[in-house]
Amino acid sequence: MSDATTLDPQAVTDADAATRSQTSVIDQRPALDVHLQTARSPLAHLFTARADANAGVVLEEKAFLGHLMLRGDPAQSGFAEAVEVALGLALPLTSSTLNLNDAGVSIQWLAPDEWLIIVPGEEAFAFEQALHEQLSGRYQVVNVSGGQTVVSLSGAQARQVLMKSTPTDVHPRAFPVGRGVPAVFAKATLILRHVSAKEGESEFELVIRRSFADYLGRWLLDASEEFGVCIKA
Amino acid sequence: MTETRTPSRRTSSGGRINRETSLNFTFNGKRYQGLAGDTLASALMANGVDVLNASFKYARPRGLVAAGAEEPNAILQLGSTESGQVPNVRATQQALYDGLEAHAVSGWVKSQKDLMSRFLPQVGKLGGKFMPPGFYYKTFMAPASLWMTYEKYIRKAAGLGRSPLENDPDIYDHLHQHTDVLVIGSGPAGLLAALVAARSGARVILCDEQEELGGSLLSMSGDCLDQTLDGQPASEWRDAVLAELAACDDVLLLPRTTANGYHDHNFVTLHERRTEHQADIAPVNSRGARQARSRLHRVRAHRVIMATGAHERPLVYSHNDVPGNMIAGAVTTYLTRFGVAAGDKLVLSVNNDHAYRAALAWKAAGRDVVAIADARSAPSGALVEAARAAGIRIITGAAVIEARGDRRVTGARVAAIDIDGFKVTGEVEELVCDTIASSGGYSPVVHLAAHTGARPVWSDEVHGFLPALGAPMLKGFDACGAANGSFSLEDVLVAAYASGVAAVEACEYPVADTIVPAVSALVEAPMLPLYQVPHDKPTARAPKQFVDLQNDVTAAGIELATREGFESIEHVKRYTAMGFGTDQGKLGNVNGMAVAARCLGQTIPDTGTTVFRPNYTPVTFGAIVGRHCGALFDPMRYTAMQEWHVAQGAKFEDVGQWKRPWYYPQGSEDMHAAVERECLAVREKVGVLDASTLGKIDITGRDAREFLNRIYTNAWAKLAVGKARYGLMCHDDGMVMDDGVTTCLAEDHFLMTTTTGGAAAILEWMELWHQTEWPELDVQMTSVTDHWATLTVTGPEARALVGELTDIDLDRDNFKFMEVREGMIADIPGRIFRISFTGELSYELNVPANYGQYVWETLFAKGEKYGLTPYGTETMHVLRAEKGFIIVGQDTDGSMTPEDLGMQWCVGYNKPYSWIGKRALTRPDTRRDDRKQMIGLIPRRKKAGDERIVLQEGAQIVFDPDHAIPMPMVGHVTSSYYSPTLGHGFALAVVKGGSARIGETVFLPQADGSTLEAEITAPVFYDKKGARQNV
Amino acid sequence: MMHIFCPYCGELREEEEFHAKGQAHIERPIEPEACSDAEWGDYLFFRNNPRGIHHELWIHAVGCRKYFNITRHTVTYEILETYRMGEQPGITAETLAAEQLAQSAAASAASSTTQQTGDARP
Ligand SMILES: [Zn+2]
Repeated sequence: MSDATTLDPQAVTDADAATRSQTSVIDQRPALDVHLQTARSPLAHLFTARADANAGVVLEEKAFLGHLMLRGDPAQSGFAEAVEVALGLALPLTSSTLNLNDAGVSIQWLAPDEWLIIVPGEEAFAFEQALHEQLSGRYQVVNVSGGQTVVSLSGAQARQVLMKSTPTDVHPRAFPVGRGVPAVFAKATLILRHVSAKEGESEFELVIRRSFADYLGRWLLDASEEFGVCIKA
Repeated sequence: MTETRTPSRRTSSGGRINRETSLNFTFNGKRYQGLAGDTLASALMANGVDVLNASFKYARPRGLVAAGAEEPNAILQLGSTESGQVPNVRATQQALYDGLEAHAVSGWVKSQKDLMSRFLPQVGKLGGKFMPPGFYYKTFMAPASLWMTYEKYIRKAAGLGRSPLENDPDIYDHLHQHTDVLVIGSGPAGLLAALVAARSGARVILCDEQEELGGSLLSMSGDCLDQTLDGQPASEWRDAVLAELAACDDVLLLPRTTANGYHDHNFVTLHERRTEHQADIAPVNSRGARQARSRLHRVRAHRVIMATGAHERPLVYSHNDVPGNMIAGAVTTYLTRFGVAAGDKLVLSVNNDHAYRAALAWKAAGRDVVAIADARSAPSGALVEAARAAGIRIITGAAVIEARGDRRVTGARVAAIDIDGFKVTGEVEELVCDTIASSGGYSPVVHLAAHTGARPVWSDEVHGFLPALGAPMLKGFDACGAANGSFSLEDVLVAAYASGVAAVEACEYPVADTIVPAVSALVEAPMLPLYQVPHDKPTARAPKQFVDLQNDVTAAGIELATREGFESIEHVKRYTAMGFGTDQGKLGNVNGMAVAARCLGQTIPDTGTTVFRPNYTPVTFGAIVGRHCGALFDPMRYTAMQEWHVAQGAKFEDVGQWKRPWYYPQGSEDMHAAVERECLAVREKVGVLDASTLGKIDITGRDAREFLNRIYTNAWAKLAVGKARYGLMCHDDGMVMDDGVTTCLAEDHFLMTTTTGGAAAILEWMELWHQTEWPELDVQMTSVTDHWATLTVTGPEARALVGELTDIDLDRDNFKFMEVREGMIADIPGRIFRISFTGELSYELNVPANYGQYVWETLFAKGEKYGLTPYGTETMHVLRAEKGFIIVGQDTDGSMTPEDLGMQWCVGYNKPYSWIGKRALTRPDTRRDDRKQMIGLIPRRKKAGDERIVLQEGAQIVFDPDHAIPMPMVGHVTSSYYSPTLGHGFALAVVKGGSARIGETVFLPQADGSTLEAEITAPVFYDKKGARQNV
Repeated sequence: MMHIFCPYCGELREEEEFHAKGQAHIERPIEPEACSDAEWGDYLFFRNNPRGIHHELWIHAVGCRKYFNITRHTVTYEILETYRMGEQPGITAETLAAEQLAQSAAASAASSTTQQTGDARP
């Protein structure tokens, strides 16, 4: 399989831009009170609060965020601008980079035609709609909020825990703040992002698929054990 | 109480041991004391323990030969408890700790005798001299049928330690490392190369297999005329460099860490022994937490610098294996680094200057150097002059030709030799001594450079093999120092500096100022090549001259191999076992090749090059496994309802990495009882299955429909919004690869389901076609498998039950079979699909997975009055098989076309695009009439109770049970169950030309000699018209 | 364990992130129905197994999920180049052979020059 000629994005744009493909978009978040009473996050059973002031590793599940997968061709005219208007955040066009803001919105480059958008959970539908309103031509927005969760990993030994787990180079020179990549992690995979470094201490986010959450959660606890673990719940 | 001993072999001063801290240990159950800083080997030597093992093949007593990784004999079993047993530990590499218990590898002599007496009683009595090389091959290869029996005993007889019978209490882990420069070996070369790289700002890892970093610098001493660096003694220069390296943020120093394997593209595995020097079992760390006993570093390096030094070659002379025969450098190291003399009276047999250090150190320790036999006729270097000046007798043009003694050297036979003529030329002189140290030169430690297939290259200058630097397999790989054939300290440092600079430049850092340290002068004269020393008898009749001590390979054995026609060194190796096992030819390979070359009348490089394979020294399985064991052995994937399943006592089945509820036993039910109950509940009332594991792919784009047309075998052009359709997928060879239901959610939006096991592969498959063949199609795909929790509610009461949860109109006329609706389900937004895999009225509820468990529990809260029963995969299998629904991967095996499965109804023969798999369906092979075709089987019932016959899945089918064996096998059973609904067993099977044989009888020969009979039926057993799912 | 440059991510990544997918540049015939059985069989089943340069299709599975091509030496495992779908290799067994030929021609030209000089010497 191969040797297909590369698509001329401009030719496609001219033909496609006028119309938007028809998709089914539903608000998948129940009413707030229902959500609060019924939602169960992928790591709720495992990440019960654990205090340890001297812990070398701090773990926290950032549950119930809105996760949207965006696909599209940035060579299509207006694509990047449309995403920026919808999210209030620029579309990263550089490989393996991540843009994020104080409003809890982030967008991460996964592939030349794929991005992961994470927003506050209750705003997922609004952002999804905004993207559909702004975008045209070839693109896809898929809500995958139920299928993913985010684990925040910080503490003085956070990097050691990552080095036990992933062949990805996490040295600050190779993995600065603002970098994010899909990664092999133990015998599973996840998306790894370096979201901040305050006073020399880094916070990493691990975007984990729900079905692997138990395995990866147990792996993280085991890898962290020698350093002492604090779990924020 | 431990008896206080005064170790007679300990020197009065010097060495890197702490004479204030004594440590207790045992060897073979006997108590001894050593000092902090000792290796187990130096402690045993200090206690005068000469015999540490019996040899592999000849059971000869063996003692210490070396001081490092090249030690062939002192391979011991460690551990004070059963669970703490560690085999294959070289005493020379094991730091002494308080409470250490070591044993010789015992039991092998018994095993070996056992082997012989079982199979060759006469040989067992006659003993070793009737076990020439090739013995095992010649003796045990015929009859071949007995090899399996022999092998068990041979392996046991090999006796290289045993693994513990109890679980290992320790933990292990891996660490992924990335570095600019990995320096392997921390002698002068490694230290200087690392220093250059570190000063230039590169990320550096420096590892060394020894307890302390420093390599040869650790055994340097003024007693041996060893040189100063920048006017400092070697140890001070070492301390200063290490202190500077340790202060760098991006330098990682790893002592006790062996580079065991060099793999493609500068990927190197390092085995770090983290607590092995402290105790049997790793102590807890300062936080009281468990820590890894050893760790595997998986290093990706931009540049690798191999500074692994050289191994001294012993000379090959008669009885060179008697305890007390050592290599000269080891004698020096035990003296200078550990403060232990190997004995009292030394005879040194050498062909080079450097080995004279042993005599100088020995003399300085107040011991008696009886003589130095130097193969050279006029040795002249500075070390030689120092020995002369010290009054040591030097016998020139001579060598030790034979050692005297049995369990310890008692003397040496020294004679003048003619190397070119390979003969003894003068009178043999008998010298009384207890130690013979020999040196035949130095072999660069090139093992790592050979691991990716680059063959080491012989150097006539170095008289050894050098790494094949520049080979394509060694890109980014460099070597310096003795590992690359530079032996004088000046040359080593100049080469190391150049390697460091080259690495820094390759990593694109500016090279920082570093000056090669100035070295005090020391003149060494050239060595004279000498490997096997001639004896006054021919090799075949001389007392044994050992080449490979670990594998008991002798010069006579190699000579025999060449006489028997083994001319390539690779063949000689396999014939004699030279360089096998954990030894990997460290001491013996070059000598063995020299012997073979001499016998064949050719040069060493003509004889071949050696290949070394990882691992360099043994690695415990614990370190290889790391933390991938126990509960973390492999990912276990769970659905959102897992906690409920566990609480209900479900039994689980592995489907790929998923754990799926298999059945839910109640009380004392076994699987059959539970499955019968679950099946009847679905057929009569209502059941629910957790179907969340099915692969789900969201597909959008204006060409999504066309894409489905090409990927699936059947037609999608007319599927209306809100409708679902079953689809079949083939490879382009026409063989079925996956199936599932795909729903049209909007004109340009589809939700595809795949098999549980196929989810990831199908997405990759579809991306393949989109990215490589049809990029012009406007289609996008994203996996939503984990996003949706899927609850299959099925059975006659399904509508009533689901109706209690949802605002969606479930009226049969408003929401028909194979349709989808969106709405609220237990106040959660979701979709309901009216599709059925059981043949009953079914609703598949999809809700975002965060709410899956809640909806599931709500269903049960409402379901009691309907008799709601959870069912697992086994019941699901029975129910679908009753309907003749296939499971891809169970009923298919990659050789079944849609037509073989009788699924012509699912093939769009007239679709405009030649979809994946279509063309192959007209190949002659796929058109054969006698292909195996899917049919049903019902076992023939001949007596009461036969309705319980369940054919075995995988059972072979024949047409004629009376045919002579081998019977032509015409098919096999793919799925088989007992059906509580039908009241008898039934099966799906494939049979050659089966679809034309409905009503015929086939036979299934059983393992016990009996034969079962079955009738071929159509592969639908229940509700053949499909009325029940349409109500 | 190879180190592979993904032409879409623009970075070297560990082999664990990639899956090999067989020989590259296998074109699916535009009109399968027009193919003879032999031609279709060639497309389906017949692949090269060279000792030396091989063009392979890979996917950056734990990464950008893009398919791309690798030119790899099957003996040394050296990766000579990676390139995107739709692109042709810059290095092939033929270009390498031509390069070697040119080098040896240059070498022999140099030596024949020496030879001539030698001849010219009295
Ligand atoms: Zn990539």
